[in-house]
Amino acid sequence: MTGVANNTPAADERVKEISPLRQALIRPELGGMVGTVAVFTFFLLFASDSGMFNSQGVLNWSIVSAQFMIIAVGACLLMIAGEFDLSVGSMIGFAGMMIAIFSVTLGWPVWIAILTTFVLCIAIGGLNGFIVIRTGLPSFIVTLAFLFILRGFTIYLPQLIERKTIIGGIKDAAEGDWLAPIFGGKILQSLFTWLGDAGLITTFSRGSRMGEPIVDGIPMLIVWAIVLVVLGHVLLTKTKFGNWIFAAGGDAEAARNSGVPVNKVKILMFMLTAFCATVFAVCQVMEFGSAGADRGLLKEFEAIIAVVIGGALLTGGYGSVLGAALGALIFGVVQQGLFFAGVESSLFRVFLGLILLGAVILNTYIRRIITGER
Amino acid sequence: MNSENSPIIQMKNIEKHFGSVIALAGVSVDVFPGECHCLLGDNGAGKSTFIKTMSGVHKPTHGDILFEGVPMYFADPRDAISAGIATVHQHLAMIPLMSVSRNFFMGNEPEKSVGPLKFFDHDYANKVTMEEMRKMGINLRGPDQAVGTLSGGERQTVAIARAVHFGAKVLILDEPTSALGVRQTANVLATIDKVRKQGIAVVFITHNVRHAMAVGDRFTVLNRGKTLGTAQRGQITPEELQDMMAGGQELVSLEGSLGGTV
Ligand SMILES: Nc1ncnc2c1ncn2[C@@H]1O[C@H](COP(=O)(O)OP(=O)(O)OP(=O)(O)O)[C@@H](O)[C@H]1O
Ligand SMILES: [Mg+2]
Repeated sequence: MTGVANNTPAADERVKEISPLRQALIRPELGGMVGTVAVFTFFLLFASDSGMFNSQGVLNWSIVSAQFMIIAVGACLLMIAGEFDLSVGSMIGFAGMMIAIFSVTLGWPVWIAILTTFVLCIAIGGLNGFIVIRTGLPSFIVTLAFLFILRGFTIYLPQLIERKTIIGGIKDAAEGDWLAPIFGGKILQSLFTWLGDAGLITTFSRGSRMGEPIVDGIPMLIVWAIVLVVLGHVLLTKTKFGNWIFAAGGDAEAARNSGVPVNKVKILMFMLTAFCATVFAVCQVMEFGSAGADRGLLKEFEAIIAVVIGGALLTGGYGSVLGAALGALIFGVVQQGLFFAGVESSLFRVFLGLILLGAVILNTYIRRIITGER
Repeated sequence: MNSENSPIIQMKNIEKHFGSVIALAGVSVDVFPGECHCLLGDNGAGKSTFIKTMSGVHKPTHGDILFEGVPMYFADPRDAISAGIATVHQHLAMIPLMSVSRNFFMGNEPEKSVGPLKFFDHDYANKVTMEEMRKMGINLRGPDQAVGTLSGGERQTVAIARAVHFGAKVLILDEPTSALGVRQTANVLATIDKVRKQGIAVVFITHNVRHAMAVGDRFTVLNRGKTLGTAQRGQITPEELQDMMAGGQELVSLEGSLGGTV
């Protein structure tokens, strides 16, 4: 940039100098950043003695935030590409149930059950996209249909096969499996043991696990969230494909005329959303050891809210994965923080509504500055 | 234009129907390398539809397209672009929410390799965008400025600069000067002249006879989906061209009071 400015003979005299601070702040993630600071300030002031910020508390809201992040990454890239997926929640329930049926009912090795479920769910995501592209219907309607279809199967199949709506026994089935720990395991256990021995984090003071740290590692769920956020951010901002995602959502017709394979981009983003939902589902099933017919209810809206708090434009073409990750963090911290603070859980909704409104107003203001939208 | 040259694009009896609307009823045009071929005609004559079949946006209902002598069936604009045909559409194909340099390289992103991975080369894209825009007489505030913050003419200039940059063999311009100021229009006409001399074929749609006469080598007039024929430069006067463009109909008598400046 500076190199270019140097050999420009006459700089544009009609441009006011913008202070570096203002320039650094004017970015799509600003709403999410302000929201994050506000939320942490709030809870540090009002709930610091509730245990929310000791190792266990941090782990607690980190896990919830990571769950939101995993599905927010898919929802964010899909929204920037100009589409919605309302079937994410049902997909989470469906994916979990399929793993349970494959591994417990049919007795397949867990890794085969997981991989088969991934293939199946990504194919359903692709089908969602294919129908949207082929019919030209709004993705809102198409994926709403899949919200019902997938949820219906998720309730019907276990009742048909096992005569119940929850299938357990997955922990036993996953014993010794090589793939299951990638979703349900923990990392850095020795580090946490060392931290516990060094007295830096709390340890159990009695019982059979006395001396062991209460938090004994970082769950793979959090690792997945971080990896997906980083990969999603790099894909969107640093690659050719990222440019296509923006273009497909900004104006599909213009993008097509410029040679962007819009249909391919959109279908791939539907598949990515399904992939993220399945990652969520596998982590959840491995943690609980069971699959339930009501898992993932309303998750699609939570993902969309996180994405919008993060600065994405509902109509596509604009947004940020980092912003969406901050949105997910806000969501997780608020939900668990109010729980720690002992506040009535219904107030969670009030608080969330206010944050949503505030962040979106700020985001809209910033977006207008950046894009010249009127 | 060299007569011993063979045409780069031959459009043979192109028909295009939109449902019951016959937008093109059998139009044949040859475009040669190094010529500026002007396409003229009234509103709704089918000019945009015609160049869209050339650039892969529409598939012709009937008729054949030969590119460098071989039949060519562009499945989508991407095929046409890889064949070296770049187009400035009447509606520009720009995305307001995206930055100028992202728009400039949309569909043709430059990449740099980092190990086995490939990344969008933003530095190169920004540099080229600023350079190309400066050549067209526009000083951008910065390559990361969103297209939505540009004026209509500035947007049009980005689209033209982009097409000139990527139009390796054929450059199609659909009313590129409709929103441009005097200096930028002169720049665009000079650019057309320059790329033509480099052997690139230019298809230039305009409603302005003076612009057409300034750079055109041949003139094809469309009227209600049909050609009224192609004329060589020097074989036709601006007045004749003007009359043909109006579909042979008398221009309204107001012309006198406008001082004949239409
Ligand atoms: N996608 C479409 N669907 C239906 N009809 C169309 C479509 N595109 C063009 N037409 C019709 O085809 C005819 C020719 O349109 P076209 O845009 O090619 O005209 P034009 O010569 O470019 O006019 P102008 O000078 O106003 O740009 C018009 O009657 C138009 O209504
Ligand atoms: Mg037109």
